[in-house]
Amino acid sequence: MSHNTILVFEVTILVLAGFLGIEVISKVPTLLHTPLMSGTNAIHGIVIVGAMIVLGLPDKSAFTWVVGFAAVVLASANVVGGFVVTDRMLEMFKKREPAKPADTPQDGAGPGS
Amino acid sequence: MSYNLANLLYLVTIVCFILALRFLSNPAHARRGNQIGAIGMVLAVVVTWIRVGTTSWWAIAIGMLIGGGFGAVAARRVKMTAMPQMVALFNGVGGGAAALIALAELHRILPEPGAPKVDISLAIVLSALIGSISFAGSMVAFAKLQELIGGRPITYTGQQFVNGALFVGAVAAGLALVGGIQDEWLLWALISAALLFGILFVLPIGGADMPVVISLLNAFTGLAVAAGGFELQNNVLIVAGMLVGASGTLLTLMMSRAMNRSVTNVLFGAFGQVSAEAAAVAAGEGGRTVRSASAEDVAVMLAYSHKVVFVPGYGLAVAQAQHDLRQLADLLEAKGVEVSYAIHPVAGRMPGHMNVLLAEANVPYPQLKEMDDANPEFSRTDVAVVVGANDVVNPDARNNKSSPIYGMPILNVDDAQTVVVLKRSMNPGFAGIENPLFYNPKTVMLFGDAKASVEKLIQDVKAL
Repeated sequence: MSHNTILVFEVTILVLAGFLGIEVISKVPTLLHTPLMSGTNAIHGIVIVGAMIVLGLPDKSAFTWVVGFAAVVLASANVVGGFVVTDRMLEMFKKREPAKPADTPQDGAGPGS
Repeated sequence: MSYNLANLLYLVTIVCFILALRFLSNPAHARRGNQIGAIGMVLAVVVTWIRVGTTSWWAIAIGMLIGGGFGAVAARRVKMTAMPQMVALFNGVGGGAAALIALAELHRILPEPGAPKVDISLAIVLSALIGSISFAGSMVAFAKLQELIGGRPITYTGQQFVNGALFVGAVAAGLALVGGIQDEWLLWALISAALLFGILFVLPIGGADMPVVISLLNAFTGLAVAAGGFELQNNVLIVAGMLVGASGTLLTLMMSRAMNRSVTNVLFGAFGQVSAEAAAVAAGEGGRTVRSASAEDVAVMLAYSHKVVFVPGYGLAVAQAQHDLRQLADLLEAKGVEVSYAIHPVAGRMPGHMNVLLAEANVPYPQLKEMDDANPEFSRTDVAVVVGANDVVNPDARNNKSSPIYGMPILNVDDAQTVVVLKRSMNPGFAGIENPLFYNPKTVMLFGDAKASVEKLIQDVKAL
């Protein structure tokens, strides 16, 4: 395929992805806006693929080596941190705390809560 | 691995990301969505590893260990109140990575014979520009939220001019590169100007406008990554980056709408400087009386109501009182009081921040009411308890045209029978805006630190 054919194809999926992003997000309730931001934050960590490609280039100069390495470090922090933070947040959203048999039901404000 | 097979597997990653966002529409399965997203990410990394891993695989591994290790530890340790700055930090490093990739790509293609293709150099310029702004801006947002630097707006004369000049300079360097001047120093100039612009552009923005800024910077990083996809002709970068770019933009618009301000006003208005006129109006209305009550009085009032609505603001988070508030709510529920929480969309330091803090304190999410659901409820509410919130319950937003927040949708707590305001003192809130709610005959003030006040209320309700 010629360069331009690929380019047109890429622009097509870019535009479609934009509409898809708006569509999918407009269904998220404000309750979940923080996890949503944190989740999309993790997703743009996909930049790690680009960083790996740069650092994986054969016959690269010392400059590319250093820059690529820095990019891999930054992108990995983005990916791992993003997903872990989001998971921690979402873990907390519960309908009702499961009743602990040890607690007296009338007084939910037991010690250590 | 062949190019086509790799792209097919990248498509699986894309589907995982879309499902992840889709699952986020309901708290019941949002967590699984995030896990699906993580699986998609692992797949993309494995595929890329197989494709490029033969060269410098050990360097890639070391880089991932360092970055991933830092990310995991930081994300595990952070407190939920400090979540906004953590998201800002992770967002910034993502933008930085995109800018670095642009730098490396330009360095690689410049020595090749013939001029680089216009679309490739345009993509390089865009991802370097947006990525650098996002990196520097996020770092400043991080420093502000972490209180390494003052959270108040920082302004000086000629600010807009300096910012404008920097931005125009960066764009001019970019245009020269795209126009065919093949000099790597142009990209260095562009990145320097963009970094400086990112710093100066976030510095004047006040703490309460951070939800909008973080959301915008998140969108920026997404767009920088999408541009990176054009550089490397990589579909998964284009789609994932654009998904984030589009959703972040939408979220930014929703946030500014929740404050009834345009995005440009948030970004360039340096909100928080009280206009002389509004201050004069506020001063002219002095001499009104404020009713204050003791914790015992308030405890009795709460325990004998049918319906209580808590209105938490960032002050609650600062005082770390969300756990105590939940205990108080549990006690009241045990006494048969109907309890819910009314949450303004911009309460906290990032979109939906207050929901996360209350969820952390084990508040069941069906009790968390959004503004549109909460407002009709206030007329049936016996007591509305405002904890550490100020501007989002200020009736001036409805009535006083000279108020800087006029037109912002607010929680109509003054529709309730009684309003209890937990507040440290009569000092005006972050924006220095007078709040007539405190002088409303329906309102009683309970002065003191939010955590100490709520703890006292717990004791007094228990003693009843």
